[in-house]
Amino acid sequence: MSSKPLKQIHLAAHFPGVNNTTVWSDPAAGSHIDFDSFIHFAQTAERAKFDFLFLAEGLRLREQGGEIYDLDVVGRPDTFTVLAALAAVTERLGLTGTINSTFNEPYEVARQFATLDHLSQGRAAWNVVTSWDSFTGENFRRGGFLPREDRYSRAQEFLATANVLFDSWNGSEIAADAGSGTFLRDARAGAFAHRSRHFDIEGHFNVPRSPQGRPVIFQAGDSEEGREFAAAGADAIFGRYGTLDAGREFYADVKGRLAGHGRTHDQLKILPAATFVLGDTDAQARELAHEVRRLQVSGQTAIKYLEHVWNRDLSAYDPDGPLPEVDPLVGENTIALGRASVRQFRDPLATARQWRELARAKSLSIRELVIRTTADQTFVGSAATIAESINTLVQADAADGFILVPHITPGGLDGFADSVVPLLQERGVFRTEYEGTTLRDHLGLATPAPVPAPAPDPAS
Amino acid sequence: MSVSSSSPAPLHLAVALDGAGRHPAAWREPGARPAELFTARYWAGLAAEAETGLLDFITFEDGLALQSSSPTGPDGRTDRVRGRLDAVLTAARVAPLTRHIGLVPAVTATHTEPFHISKAIATLDHVSRGRAGLRIQVSELDHEARHFGRRTAPFADGELYAEAADHVEVIRRLWDSWEDDAEIRDVATGRFVDREKLHHIDFEGRHFSVRGPSITPRPPQGQPVVSAAGDGEASYALIARSAEVGYVAARDGDGTRAAVAAIRRAREATGLAADPLHLFGDLTVFLDADAPAAAARLERLDALAGVPYARDGAVFTGSPGQLADLLLERRAAGLSGFLLRPGVIAHDLPALTRGLVPELQRRGAFRQEYEADTLRGLLGLDRPANRYARPAA
Ligand SMILES: Cc1cc2nc3c(=O)[nH]c(=O)nc-3n(C[C@H](O)[C@H](O)[C@H](O)COP(=O)(O)O)c2cc1C
Repeated sequence: MSSKPLKQIHLAAHFPGVNNTTVWSDPAAGSHIDFDSFIHFAQTAERAKFDFLFLAEGLRLREQGGEIYDLDVVGRPDTFTVLAALAAVTERLGLTGTINSTFNEPYEVARQFATLDHLSQGRAAWNVVTSWDSFTGENFRRGGFLPREDRYSRAQEFLATANVLFDSWNGSEIAADAGSGTFLRDARAGAFAHRSRHFDIEGHFNVPRSPQGRPVIFQAGDSEEGREFAAAGADAIFGRYGTLDAGREFYADVKGRLAGHGRTHDQLKILPAATFVLGDTDAQARELAHEVRRLQVSGQTAIKYLEHVWNRDLSAYDPDGPLPEVDPLVGENTIALGRASVRQFRDPLATARQWRELARAKSLSIRELVIRTTADQTFVGSAATIAESINTLVQADAADGFILVPHITPGGLDGFADSVVPLLQERGVFRTEYEGTTLRDHLGLATPAPVPAPAPDPAS
Repeated sequence: MSVSSSSPAPLHLAVALDGAGRHPAAWREPGARPAELFTARYWAGLAAEAETGLLDFITFEDGLALQSSSPTGPDGRTDRVRGRLDAVLTAARVAPLTRHIGLVPAVTATHTEPFHISKAIATLDHVSRGRAGLRIQVSELDHEARHFGRRTAPFADGELYAEAADHVEVIRRLWDSWEDDAEIRDVATGRFVDREKLHHIDFEGRHFSVRGPSITPRPPQGQPVVSAAGDGEASYALIARSAEVGYVAARDGDGTRAAVAAIRRAREATGLAADPLHLFGDLTVFLDADAPAAAARLERLDALAGVPYARDGAVFTGSPGQLADLLLERRAAGLSGFLLRPGVIAHDLPALTRGLVPELQRRGAFRQEYEADTLRGLLGLDRPANRYARPAA
């Protein structure tokens, strides 16, 4: 037995809105828009003492083959607005919002996060994503102005600029002393100037320093640049590797980059997305998991999914037949637009080759192949099995915890909260009560001291 | 239906919330809680107070620069409230804690993306179940523009308002870009939505173009309520073209009549004359048991602030009875409601809800209870049809 103390597991809940794992056809599936669904989901996560609730974002409805994609859940609320409302119906749960760095401006986003942090008393987090495509850009003033290779330089500067704004108030400026008439102790509160390639701005930030100083920063991007971006400045990664081997590799890689940025191992949490299917017994869960997969991947869905890799129209193919013999079209994906997932197939020719081999070896149809190779459930089993698996992966440094994505909205977390969480608590690897009030407290992250900005240059 | 001239429609009342109140020394008054201006509890308390007074809506004032008494930049003053929270988020934060009152945050069109604003207000409508609006405003401030680095002053007034009108047009098209019944969850065909009921909006304007559709389904009200302040021809044109509520800050009856006439003319020119448009008087109030008490309080506040409060604006000092008289008189000049700005929120907001409102109720000029669950409902506005929906065959 190892003498290493047990790591504490971090758990979070991804609201199951737009994604390709939601089983909307299940009679138990409710609205993904009504605020009641958000309340139910958030309050379940808080009852289970989860670290935070997580919202994804996509700024354009997905299109495929020139038409709006209609097979998955479509539609989601505005991230900031729904998180601010959720702050009213929860007390401790962290509130993590995905906000794009390409189609926003630092002053506005910093203001929104500082406000959310105030209104939630220190529970705000920002998942910085860098989707840059001109398809999404068509919804914005600036349009598709950013070349792909610049997405992280803008993201880095965006974050650096936001940090300058967050730090432009140090937290001691407000006296609010009615007697003496001193509202501000320091007239320079909020003064900033920031010049970089992407941003040339100056003035006064108008939100005082918030409880966490800065929101917790997440990163979700898997390229070399994405990993460096995370190592340099993120507090946590929303990753995609939920298995032992892939998780350990990713974990070691990213944590290994920290020292190069003068940071320590504990300053970045690795939290992969994870799905789960919970049953009374392992056998029942496996059966259920199979059923869920069949509901997630219909014949039509399978063909559409294959098109992400092939980047061409495959509608003439039979989902119950063999994989296409034609090769994928290499280059920018033009058939599926607005999908983050298409970017994970960095070498479509190799992927197609592997899939054909696998399908041939196991005699799989297109649909069966897709069921087997995509979005397989991370955890399947009884509560005891799932608790065991989660703990094993965390103690083995494949992750610091997981962001769970249930396949039913909004009740998909209920069973997990009621049966898996107590088992983790019994093992002493998950909190039974929130120890602190802020999300930084939950994640064991220090609250950053403001870095004083250089005085704005009066000459300019 | 005919409305008898002896009992005109009841007044609509809204209250504008900003910091500790309109007066620069408001934060120093008893009960002002200046250290709590950046907490949810403060705003929740104000919203609850406004709701006990059955007010139609609250506006949350906002801006993308630090408050200043100077138009050219921060004034460096340390004796006034500085700093404010984002208005849309603040409105969303109080939405689950209120039931009936409308929530109308200010939004600066000059520096924001209409796509983001559209989904934010749609979401405010979803989380409040139909009580969202917005107050669209422009900013000609050079120091504010430099927070964004996207454009530089000077801006032509007309240009900013024309851009704001485009902004609203995009917002509105995006609200309609989902038909109400676009979500079908048709298990038989495997389709979650009917893509025939989702629409690209294809807006092309001078300043930007937007493709759509929205990522957020159509809000409960269909179209949340758009409001804007009127102060000159360019802003009148924006109200006429884009708003359901316009705020008029005239000082007296004549000024009010002139502004109302100008906006109505502009409305006719847009071809929207048949669509309902509320014009609200915009008035700062210092409300006390009697006029001398209110005047004395304002004097005391002015002494604290070191400068007299802008008397040439639309400012009222006096008793609830006198304020009721004034509002009813101004109504006759063509207004259907008022946006009241408490001089000192801690004092004047409860004076409005507990003094003015009962006075108006006694005169049969204000509601006795909330008669609707949505802001449009409170304002007597129908839920609009979707511009993209094909009429039923
Ligand atoms: C687990 C995971 C979740 C993601 N979630 C989102 C999201 O919600 N919204 C979005 O726009 N992009 C999302 N992305 C994609 C990011 O935008 C990412 O920055 C993009 O893929 C480009 O970076 P990369 O090339 O480093 O992956 C996600 C990526 C990963 C790996």
